[in-house]
Amino acid sequence: MEINVLEKQYCTFYLCDLFLGIEVTRVQEVLKYNEITSVPLAPKVICGLTNLRGQIVTAIDLRRRLELPERPAEDNYMNIIIKNEESVYSFLVDKIGDVIEISEKNFEPAPETLKGVARELIKGAYKLKESLLLILDTHQVLNLI
Amino acid sequence: MDEDILREFLIETYENLNKLDDDLLALEKDPGSKSVLDNIFRTFHSCKGACGFLGLKKLESITHSGENLLGALRDNKIKMDSRITDALLLAVDSIKKILAAIESERTEGSSDYSGIIDSLNALNSPVMNNVQKEISVKPSAANFSNINTEKVKSEHKQEPKDLSDEVNNLNIKEQEIFANIIDEIMNNKNTLMPEDIEAALIESKTRAAGSNKKIETGPVSTDNTLSDIVNSDIKANSSQQEAVCDAQKNQSVLDSSIRVNIDLLDKLMNLVGELVLARNQFLQIVSSSEDANFIGISQRLNLITSELQEGIMKTRMQPINNIWRTFPRVVREISASLNKKVRMEMNGKETELDKTVIEAIKDPLTHIIRNSIDHGIEEPEIRKKKNKDVEGVLALRAFHEDGQVNIEISDDGAGIDINAVKQKALQRELISASQAAVMSDKDLLNLIFLPGFSTAKKVTNISGRGVGMDVVRKNIEKIGGTVDLENKPDGGTIVKIKIPLTLAIIPALIVTCGKDSYAIAQVNLLEIVRLKSFEARKKIEEIYGSPVYRLRGKLLPLVYLNKELKTESGCCHCDINSAEDYNVNIIVLQAANRQFGLIVDAINDTEEIVVKPLDKLLKNIPVFAGATIRGDGKVALIIDVLGLAKSSGVISTINDKLIYEKNFSIAKHNSETKRLLLFKNYDGGRMGILLSKVSRLEDLPASNIEKSGGLDVVQYRNQIMPLINLSNILPERRSDERKHEGSSYKDNIQLVVYSDEEKSYGIVVESIIDIIEAQLELQNATAREGTFGSCVILNKVTEILDMDSIIKKFETMIMNSSK
Repeated sequence: MEINVLEKQYCTFYLCDLFLGIEVTRVQEVLKYNEITSVPLAPKVICGLTNLRGQIVTAIDLRRRLELPERPAEDNYMNIIIKNEESVYSFLVDKIGDVIEISEKNFEPAPETLKGVARELIKGAYKLKESLLLILDTHQVLNLI
Repeated sequence: MDEDILREFLIETYENLNKLDDDLLALEKDPGSKSVLDNIFRTFHSCKGACGFLGLKKLESITHSGENLLGALRDNKIKMDSRITDALLLAVDSIKKILAAIESERTEGSSDYSGIIDSLNALNSPVMNNVQKEISVKPSAANFSNINTEKVKSEHKQEPKDLSDEVNNLNIKEQEIFANIIDEIMNNKNTLMPEDIEAALIESKTRAAGSNKKIETGPVSTDNTLSDIVNSDIKANSSQQEAVCDAQKNQSVLDSSIRVNIDLLDKLMNLVGELVLARNQFLQIVSSSEDANFIGISQRLNLITSELQEGIMKTRMQPINNIWRTFPRVVREISASLNKKVRMEMNGKETELDKTVIEAIKDPLTHIIRNSIDHGIEEPEIRKKKNKDVEGVLALRAFHEDGQVNIEISDDGAGIDINAVKQKALQRELISASQAAVMSDKDLLNLIFLPGFSTAKKVTNISGRGVGMDVVRKNIEKIGGTVDLENKPDGGTIVKIKIPLTLAIIPALIVTCGKDSYAIAQVNLLEIVRLKSFEARKKIEEIYGSPVYRLRGKLLPLVYLNKELKTESGCCHCDINSAEDYNVNIIVLQAANRQFGLIVDAINDTEEIVVKPLDKLLKNIPVFAGATIRGDGKVALIIDVLGLAKSSGVISTINDKLIYEKNFSIAKHNSETKRLLLFKNYDGGRMGILLSKVSRLEDLPASNIEKSGGLDVVQYRNQIMPLINLSNILPERRSDERKHEGSSYKDNIQLVVYSDEEKSYGIVVESIIDIIEAQLELQNATAREGTFGSCVILNKVTEILDMDSIIKKFETMIMNSSK
């Protein structure tokens, strides 16, 4: 029982060379390419609006949000659909990874030396065998205003 | 009592009360939460307000005490603790009990609530707050039984005297329980027999004995007494509820309609919207089919969809009179209680509004009306002194304009005293003295929208607690509307509310700019002008860089959509000189009362669209009103014509953001304010003359123009006044063909009469625009001879004329020509 309490599931994905995760409970679904209508005058991180079965969803480019280099135009992206409060958002990422279950004891909060946006957006990291899994704070990602 | 009003009141108050339980508990956990406290306070306040005009005295006194207590909490006079929460929860329960009574028997019931009121009042004094709660409960219990025994006595005169003495001899605890028992009996039987009282006496003594021990133990006991009251209330409540059940059997008023969750309606609305879109696509396919059966079915589907859409729309649309009809009575009762005479006028009762909108504006409107009567309209004697009609007028007006619902509430009262507002704001430390010194009247006026602001000299039953205008604004803004104030000192106040019609299916024009489509609501659309490129090159002119088009003789300011949206890809054919052939599409739009032309790349079609709100991350882009999903599944943005007009400068932006907010910047004071007369010259340019130099404005028939020595002159006040055509005096920068010849004035001419020491001159202008006060920040770079230079006034470049040099030049011209 104890293990279950301390284990959390994360939906993982890649952005540039980063390996990131979002708590699986916050993810509604993962979608392939979806046409996006751009919104002029909007903040740059908002790439536009997309139609999710009749619902209008605001799409946020995580590369831009995390101030990473732009995604090459020919590269495909994936949509992670996130529910936040009453609204639904789509996070654009490079590639989707697995849903993984990790023990809480491998977690460490973000180091003090983390700079810039990463400091606000990344809660901390899980020490995996071969890499680090950075956990994204979805609330903060949407805290644009 | 009006059944409808009462029912609305019950439904609304029940809803509010349910929220209140949660809010109170939340407040106890987090006593510092201002927003929760404000919410609770508002609920009490609006409940009290409603009780006031429904004549529900008991309910009003409970809510009044509760509100006082909350007010003290809000002003930090006392601190929140569990006792206050208990007392407030108790008050909520009592309110529920009274509501149940009102629902079943249309009266407030016979129970007495002075105990609760006293305990609320007791808690509301900083000193008492520290004293044991017991004190606050004691008088309540005593009152309780006294009143009840008195009632008993009056009902049964034969009651033995010793019985009532015995009742009075009971200790507090016993009295309280006794009162409860009597109450129960009254509720069940409605009569009281002496035997019952005796039985109750014994019962109360035995019951009290059980809890007596606890009374001695100090603080704990207070909680017990309180919880007993709670229990007794619940008991009474349950018996009331039984009564309600009985009543409901023969009662159908409440059941004749059902309340449907607005979310469900919204969902239905959205689904119908989707259905409409699907049908549109479907019909396109059908049009190429030849199968008669298929066509038949599709036509039926078409019809049904239309009807369904209409039906769903109707479920949500209600005439504004649904809320207005309660107002005459509100007005009557408020004015009566204030000894004022007020006549109510209503225009546009039939204006229909979406259900959500109607609900949301009801409270704000009531608040505004109360404010108008309480603070605005003066007492009859004062009105007499001011030479006003003794009877004040409160007028409500509703109408549709620009796809918005406009509601105006005007009174002919004293208006808002700007100085009083300033003093109050300073006193409450809402603004600093240095801010106050530079704030404009308009900004000062807007201060009344701050929470906790009230200029009423005393707190009255009706208004003056400062919950008014901030709630009004909050509620209106919640539904995407705006509130504006117009104030005439001694002439009254007009509150203007504009509410957009969102959440609806609207016909819209689909246009393209760059590679994206945008929707423009048809209500804003006046006409579409299409120009061939060669025409456009000639007909789109520029006034200092801002493009205009002459639409039937009037100048129409033009806005390029791609420039406004800052999309690089959109071409919008701004390069008029390019050799390619293309069409220029000008969409003539109406925003507020201005017209402007929007230039887009292409005009596609009209479509019925479902307006969906934008996410809050995108809410602060003023040019978009929402988004919609088109037939092909793509998302298209809906252009907010008013927002576009404002952001492009067609309409000067009304700065309704309060100045105390972080954007506060001290107004520039280095340039002087001057009064200017603005006019349009015949060459289309906008010019201004210092008003001090102008003696009169004249409108004369062109036939009055006579010739004298090669000059155009008119007879003016027994003098011969020469006419000056500015285009002939000012160095012309335009091609000669546009030069206006004096003799070809049409119909009437507009003259600005300028008087020198002894001579008058008439300056011929195309039209007078306005007289304004402006700060002159001259940019001399563009100055030509005869002008001081140009500056931007009301977002338009305006040349300021140097009259002295013009007159000098004119005189030399005459001299030269006469030689």
